[in-house]
Amino acid sequence: MAPPRVAGVGTTHFGQIPERTSRDLFAEAGLAALEDAGVPPGDVETLFYGNFMGELAEHQGHQAPLMAEAVGIRAPATRFESACASAGMAVREAVRNVRSGDADVVLVGGAERMTNMGTAGATEGLSIAADDLYEIRAGITFPGAYALMAQAYFEEFGGSREQLAEIAVKNHDNALVNEYAQFQRAITVEQALEAPMVAAPLGLFDACPFTDGASALVLVSEEYAERESLEAPVAIVGTGQGGDNMALQDRRYLARTPATERAAITAFEDAGMGPGDVDAAEVHDCFTIAEVLALEALGFFDYGEGIGAAADGVTTRDGRLPVNVSGGLKAKGHPVGATGAAQLVDMTKLLEGRHPRSDDVQPEVGLAHNAGGTVASAVVHLLEVVA
Amino acid sequence: MSDPTDREEGYDELLDAIADGEGYYLECGEGHGSLPPRRVCPHCGDRALTETPLPEAGEVQTYTTVSVAAPQFAEDAPYTTAVASFGPVRLTGIVDAEPDAVEVGISVEPAIGESDTRGERYVRFVPR
Repeated sequence: MAPPRVAGVGTTHFGQIPERTSRDLFAEAGLAALEDAGVPPGDVETLFYGNFMGELAEHQGHQAPLMAEAVGIRAPATRFESACASAGMAVREAVRNVRSGDADVVLVGGAERMTNMGTAGATEGLSIAADDLYEIRAGITFPGAYALMAQAYFEEFGGSREQLAEIAVKNHDNALVNEYAQFQRAITVEQALEAPMVAAPLGLFDACPFTDGASALVLVSEEYAERESLEAPVAIVGTGQGGDNMALQDRRYLARTPATERAAITAFEDAGMGPGDVDAAEVHDCFTIAEVLALEALGFFDYGEGIGAAADGVTTRDGRLPVNVSGGLKAKGHPVGATGAAQLVDMTKLLEGRHPRSDDVQPEVGLAHNAGGTVASAVVHLLEVVA
Repeated sequence: MSDPTDREEGYDELLDAIADGEGYYLECGEGHGSLPPRRVCPHCGDRALTETPLPEAGEVQTYTTVSVAAPQFAEDAPYTTAVASFGPVRLTGIVDAEPDAVEVGISVEPAIGESDTRGERYVRFVPR
């Protein structure tokens, strides 16, 4: 089957909007995606929906049918939960669904409501993406887990907090013109280094914020796009998924993420491409160190070489491989169950030349990388302008 | 502690054993280590798992000092959590030391601590 086309994308503003329900957030994003696509709701054959902690945040399980109803589609709906990779996994299933010929039109996306839980509540909520018995009960938080990986990285490969700070500075700068971003505010390396510690060696500015928001895409078959004369030049040409042991203590590597490596290899094989074909990437930078781990596992840098990429200007907008032009999770925000879809929303706009950063970055091939927990789950998609 | 709804079978027995100075791990036929409850070695799939005594001391491989804690450790923060290797198995625990005293490579013994916040048990590492 021909690769599915991205017919339309939609997103809410990302930020602190604790009073809005996830059903309202997803309705806004889903309706925006349908309108952008020019696809009538009645044509949607299934909804794949990502959400991580709706039970904790708003006492709401079984969210998928609620979201279909909120968008006004009468189609079967399924929720995907893979921690912060929930929406990326939903996208992967949507791609496979269209490719298999099961559906011509799929609505896919995700939503997360977080800030109504407060800092302590959201910290506890996010921590359950780790192993409850052997990690959470030993004091591991989500930032704490990535701090363990950062410290292990420093021990194995070297690197500095300054180099991590450069990643935060880059992603904040990228988000300055992104009207949907949580932070449209420049920061400096000095500010980042002086910010309070969250889990040493990671400080407040190494961490993504708590975010409320939703994002959605309409994926269609090539045949449907042609029949309906849709403007849908971007195709999802590769998909891949990888897994690893859940707890850091059971991993072979403390400073590498093989799940991402496996997802990337699979996606590149699927697309008949390699890392050198990618012009821009949206990677899962829930923490600054996570961007480093991602870039190395995706094959863009050798292990131990990725930490200087932002500081050296390789991953800035004018660099060889612009990374997180949207602002990334760090500055755009990280509504965890929506993030995997939000990455594709921004990448699609970049590929179509209608992104606020399109003057600076004009890719033909883009990569999106979404990770769950401490990368026990990873999913990679490759997007290309094909029409 | 005898109420089964308060127990996590496998995990709580291991913590009881560590508290008694008789900690163990599960060793498979290939010599890989893991922690209970397990029916299958997470590294190779072997199902022949044997309880094997934990080495007396482990070595810290990575650590972090958590300043912003989850609610169940709110009054314990800041505290230092580490991953330490005990032969073929790693444990994660809270180090019984000031943050400045913890570094990669230090030797620790496994013990059981009780959180200040809720009085809940946790794996504790005591520097040797």
